[in-house]
Amino acid sequence: MASQDIPKVMKQPRLGRKTDERKTASQNVPKIMRQGNLAPWLYLLPALLVMSFFIVYPMINTVALSFSNKDGTVSAATTCIAGNPCWGVFENYRYALTSEFDFSSPVSFWNTFWKSSFGNNIKWMFLMTAGTVGIGLAFAVLADRVKYEPLAKAVIFMPMAVSFVGAGIIWKFVYDYGTRQVQIGLLNSIITAFGGDPVAWLSTPGLNTLMLIVVGIWIWTGFCMTILSASLKSVPDEILEAARVDGASEWTVFWRIMVPIITPTILVVITTMVINVLKLFDIVYVMTGGNFGTNVIANRMYTEMYKNFNAGRGTAVAVILVLAIIPFIYYNIKRFLAQEAMR
Amino acid sequence: MNRDRVNRILARIPTHLIVIGTILIWVIPTLGLLITSFRPVQDVNTSGWWTVVAPQNVSGPYVQYCASCHGADGKAIPEADLSDPNLIARYPRSLQLMAILRQDINGKPHMGDVPLPTSQEAADIAAYLRNYSSGQAGTARFTTSNYVDALVGYRGRASYFQDCREGTQALDLKCNASDLLNPRGMGRAFLNSLLVTIPATVLPILFAAFAGYAFAWLHFKGRFLLFAILVGLQVVPLQMTLVPISRIYAQLGLNGTFLGVWLFHTGFGLPYAIYLMRNFLGSLPSDLFEAAYLDGASHWTAFRRLVIPLAMPAIASLGIFQFLWVWNDLLVALVFLGGTTPVMTYQISNMVTSLGAGWHLLTAAAFLSMLLPMVVFFSLQRYFVRGMMAGAVKG
Repeated sequence: MASQDIPKVMKQPRLGRKTDERKTASQNVPKIMRQGNLAPWLYLLPALLVMSFFIVYPMINTVALSFSNKDGTVSAATTCIAGNPCWGVFENYRYALTSEFDFSSPVSFWNTFWKSSFGNNIKWMFLMTAGTVGIGLAFAVLADRVKYEPLAKAVIFMPMAVSFVGAGIIWKFVYDYGTRQVQIGLLNSIITAFGGDPVAWLSTPGLNTLMLIVVGIWIWTGFCMTILSASLKSVPDEILEAARVDGASEWTVFWRIMVPIITPTILVVITTMVINVLKLFDIVYVMTGGNFGTNVIANRMYTEMYKNFNAGRGTAVAVILVLAIIPFIYYNIKRFLAQEAMR
Repeated sequence: MNRDRVNRILARIPTHLIVIGTILIWVIPTLGLLITSFRPVQDVNTSGWWTVVAPQNVSGPYVQYCASCHGADGKAIPEADLSDPNLIARYPRSLQLMAILRQDINGKPHMGDVPLPTSQEAADIAAYLRNYSSGQAGTARFTTSNYVDALVGYRGRASYFQDCREGTQALDLKCNASDLLNPRGMGRAFLNSLLVTIPATVLPILFAAFAGYAFAWLHFKGRFLLFAILVGLQVVPLQMTLVPISRIYAQLGLNGTFLGVWLFHTGFGLPYAIYLMRNFLGSLPSDLFEAAYLDGASHWTAFRRLVIPLAMPAIASLGIFQFLWVWNDLLVALVFLGGTTPVMTYQISNMVTSLGAGWHLLTAAAFLSMLLPMVVFFSLQRYFVRGMMAGAVKG
């Protein structure tokens, strides 16, 4: 299929350029097409029914459940134990927010914080977003200059097709911590070949979360790279050539021309990645099960709900997750409104 | 002129190095998985997969303890020719080997001043000598039995075919084609994954085509507001809805059924699918629809005869996206299907977390689960990328 078959709106919107000159649907619908008041709702009905049942209603219900006890029958306030701190109906939130920390001293709080699901999610958010966007952007720029670009991009993109579970197995094998004689894990065998001692990558607190983040970067860099690459290709060649003719180095061209022009796309990619990272579950579940200080919010929610069978605490964790995501929901709608205004 | 070209080529070397280096980092872990899945279990546990590419000719402990007297090829002492299979057959394990090493030979200790190897090292030497004398040392061995074992869910110590030959198979194996549907195996899981994925891909696309058409070309009150809400729903995390839905499912008896999973994936696939459909259909020229209506077409005719054929590119990218999403999903399968109807991702995670299956089985199982997505991805990459670019966010 030729590239002109790509619908115009499906390309990334460029700066200040109208994507389509023709009259499109976001303007008023032509008069002749207005047939009855009922018809539109009939077309919408199946989708609206399924979505309200599976997204809207459960969201409300989840909030309600987060204020009640284990099986959702009475208020969470009844689960308080006399003599222990209690937040009344917010008891599940007290548990979700504080149970992982040791408040006895600032130092112990600091240490437990960075091994808790919240601390880990913050690490994931910053390191994985920076890693995927950084490597993705660098690779997009460099791959643009080689002849085997399609192949190179397909390889980097390939992990996107693989499940997190599959990726977890692939990397668990790389990180394998063998016996003293035999290292069948790639990483440890390289270390021992140079005379070092093998490292238990996945059970050393602090180090293991970083190792899991590497897996996340391996999976998601292709996503960032593809979108950033398309955006880079839309930067007009004349501007780049003009700068080069004026004697700008490649480094300057990258930082002073390319990056400013594609900043809107970079922002989109960053927000998408942050949302993905906050919801991340599978990698941690498969590779460490959240043990050894690698827990994340999404895995904690799963543990509370389906291993400890405490719906109240599980839903409270879920609500906290949504609260963290709300700014991005807002941003998403704002971006949509801006896009609509441009059309 | 010529010097310019040479300079240009030289200046590009760092670029090539970085690009190729990154490609290697991305490929090598997957390559390791693939190669391991084809190696016999003894080899997987005693040597790294890369030794297939560069086979170790001399084993480390052998060199350390034996090579000084017996020689690197084991033939230095004619009366104890270590390359003779008949001799080695008398020392199949470390126990027998340690026994002979402790004995005196011609009145002197076997090992002379050298300390005895540890039992692990003795095991390595025994394994090495076994391979060496049978002429297999230095040659990579490959097998497909890992895949057979993974497909039928074999959990024993030997292999499925060997157990079946000897009649010592587990009770749930019958040693015929029906074993492919053994609930513990990847064969059954593959089927379950297909049964989950296909309807969970078709349903949301169908509903999204209807709704997308309404949002793009039909006039109704609150159209814009409703669509803006939809955009927000795209990022709602799945975790937010699991608990209430599994409670309702428990009441309706939908837990562990395909229908429950189909509907759940439909619900969560819809916001993105409608968004993409509406944007695609909205970009079609309005003259097209006006002409159709002037000719007397109803909405239904326009939808069936005009919209669906024109929307095929969007349907294709949406289809691939949803297919990969559902196929690769673990959380929903874990919560709503669990062990009663295991899908591939569930089966693998179960092998990791509770059964502690060996690497030879895990790698084969993981590769089996990647097979279909890889084929879909590499044959239809263009559509996948296009769908991803259009939305860039998915709940």
